[in-house]
Amino acid sequence: MLKENLIMAWDNIKNSKMRSFLTSLGIVIGVAAVIALITIVQSATGEMMSQFESLGTDKITVTATGNPLKSGLNSSDLKTLEGLDNVAGVAPSVTMTGSAGRQGILLDEVSILGKNEKFFEADTTEIMQGRKLSALDMDGNTYVCVIDQDIAQSMFANEDALEQRIMVNGQGYTVVGVRDTESTSDIMAGMNTSSSADGTVIIPYRNALALSGASSYSSVDIYFENTDLSDQTIADVEAALDAAFNYKDNSYSILNLGSLLDMMNTMSTLLSALLAGIASIALVVGGIGIMNMMLVSVTERTKEIGLRKALGADPLQIQVLFIIEALALSLAGGVIGIVLGLGISVVATMLIGTEFAVSWGAIGLGAGFSIAVGLIFGWTPAKKASSLKPIDALRTD
Amino acid sequence: MSEILSMKQIVKEYQMGDEISTVLKGIDLNVNSGEFLAILGPSGSGKSTLMNIIGCLDTPTSGEYLLSGREIANQDEKALAHIRRKEIGFIFQSFYLLSRQTALKNVELPLVYSGADKKIRREMAADLLKKVGLEEKINHLPRQLSGGQQQRVAIARALINNPTILLADEPTGALDQKTGHQVMELFHQLNSEGRTIIMITHDVNLAKQAKRVVRILDGNLLEEVV
Ligand SMILES: Nc1ncnc2c1ncn2[C@@H]1O[C@H](COP(=O)(O)OP(=O)(O)OP(=O)(O)O)[C@@H](O)[C@H]1O
Ligand SMILES: [Mg+2]
Repeated sequence: MLKENLIMAWDNIKNSKMRSFLTSLGIVIGVAAVIALITIVQSATGEMMSQFESLGTDKITVTATGNPLKSGLNSSDLKTLEGLDNVAGVAPSVTMTGSAGRQGILLDEVSILGKNEKFFEADTTEIMQGRKLSALDMDGNTYVCVIDQDIAQSMFANEDALEQRIMVNGQGYTVVGVRDTESTSDIMAGMNTSSSADGTVIIPYRNALALSGASSYSSVDIYFENTDLSDQTIADVEAALDAAFNYKDNSYSILNLGSLLDMMNTMSTLLSALLAGIASIALVVGGIGIMNMMLVSVTERTKEIGLRKALGADPLQIQVLFIIEALALSLAGGVIGIVLGLGISVVATMLIGTEFAVSWGAIGLGAGFSIAVGLIFGWTPAKKASSLKPIDALRTD
Repeated sequence: MSEILSMKQIVKEYQMGDEISTVLKGIDLNVNSGEFLAILGPSGSGKSTLMNIIGCLDTPTSGEYLLSGREIANQDEKALAHIRRKEIGFIFQSFYLLSRQTALKNVELPLVYSGADKKIRREMAADLLKKVGLEEKINHLPRQLSGGQQQRVAIARALINNPTILLADEPTGALDQKTGHQVMELFHQLNSEGRTIIMITHDVNLAKQAKRVVRILDGNLLEEVV
């Protein structure tokens, strides 16, 4: 019976190709728009998000702006933070711009970063040669550094940089490692490490503090053991910082990438939903088109319906026939719409320069929408057809 | 002989604006299983109207109609569809074939709704088309057939469900004398196999071939003595 109905539905669609095509067009456009918009939004935000994620969601960054009585965080504050529950490590960060030189080469726009071993433990950027800075380098009297690929290139060209001495702001340092250059196209570059024109040198944080002339740290990364507990840990950190700054307001701020990411996620979902909502107006219009076509079809085929009933078709069988026809129209439109929508997404993501990712959710939504539209808007005409009295239907012309 | 159909005081009125025209004014009719009944009457007298009520396509304004012991007024649409499918073979005055379907498909149609297997449908439809002399035309569309051939397709379609009652509204109206006779022969054969046949006709000679003849006049049914 179902197969018969499918064949009959197909026959009818075939018999009015142009009309069926135009009717489905609304669905095609609606589904294509939904798919394209969702896919584009998701590809674009997905890329942004994965960049965020690569910066680490298992840490927060405390920026101490200080107050007149206390300018920043000192070593004992760091100890306190380190001692909190769920804190895996504390990495103060000193950032300045200075010079680096060697044998007649002077780079005067070098980003000098003071970091500790905790930073390197969490760091995902590749060490190309040599080693990271370790806890043993942190006594304040060890003059070793990790330079990035840019500086290695400008200073050593093809020479081996390891164990060579360079001058950092006039102080001699031994190169123990070469770190890959963080890509500057990275949208978040500079949030964590300020990248300067000539490159980056990382030295032990105490040395950097002394070099900068400051007496306390203004930026500290705090790494978590378990991100599920971050809320509690952040509260603990806040309590500790409040105490450290003697409960003076506005002495510090906390950047929480994890919560920022959550927010972005929510926003991207909202944006997708909003766009999909706008696009589904096209689907509703398409659905009305289908309903219109089905109503016309019922009117045109009243006699046929009457005959089918006279020959023993019960109301349900007639209803199913017309619903299947409506479904076939909307599903065909849906499938074409999905293909078209994906095509548009591929082109659009190429133009924006983000990576194209098939969104199965969007495809499911498109398919689901077209089925729903077929059912909802096919229902009334099918019901109308099924409730015709056989003799009245037969007598019309 | 068992009674297959019984009508009591069947009235059919049509409302045309403010006017009510009464086409059937209280028809009493009993038909036994295996009868061959002819209905005579002038054009517009209500023969088709009565036939449509008998075939459960239409409902009377008032009166009681029992078919195979069931009160038709009490049946819902689904049950009526079932009765039309299982018990009634209807040959319409204007053949009502699906114009986009071949003769074979048209004949198959009632079986589609009783859920018969496609292969069986094919075979039975082809058999019946052969029986009405159209074995060479099974793949023709209705418009590729003459009026008489279309009528025979309609007859084949009415027979495919093996109905207990065959209702024929002027089955020979579009046929020449020779094919008309063939159809009548077919009816006699079906009747002798035990099928109940009710046939509307204008032709008194054809009516005489039936075992029983009734006449509709002014909305009333009169028994003819054959
Ligand atoms: N739906 C309707 N609305 C109003 N009047 C109708 C309707 N159907 C039939 N009639 C009227 O009922 C009367 C009987 O019609 P019917 O078709 O039963 O006649 P008939 O005896 O079969 O005639 P014929 O021999 O020409 O086929 C006619 O006068 C017709 O106008
Ligand atoms: Mg008539």
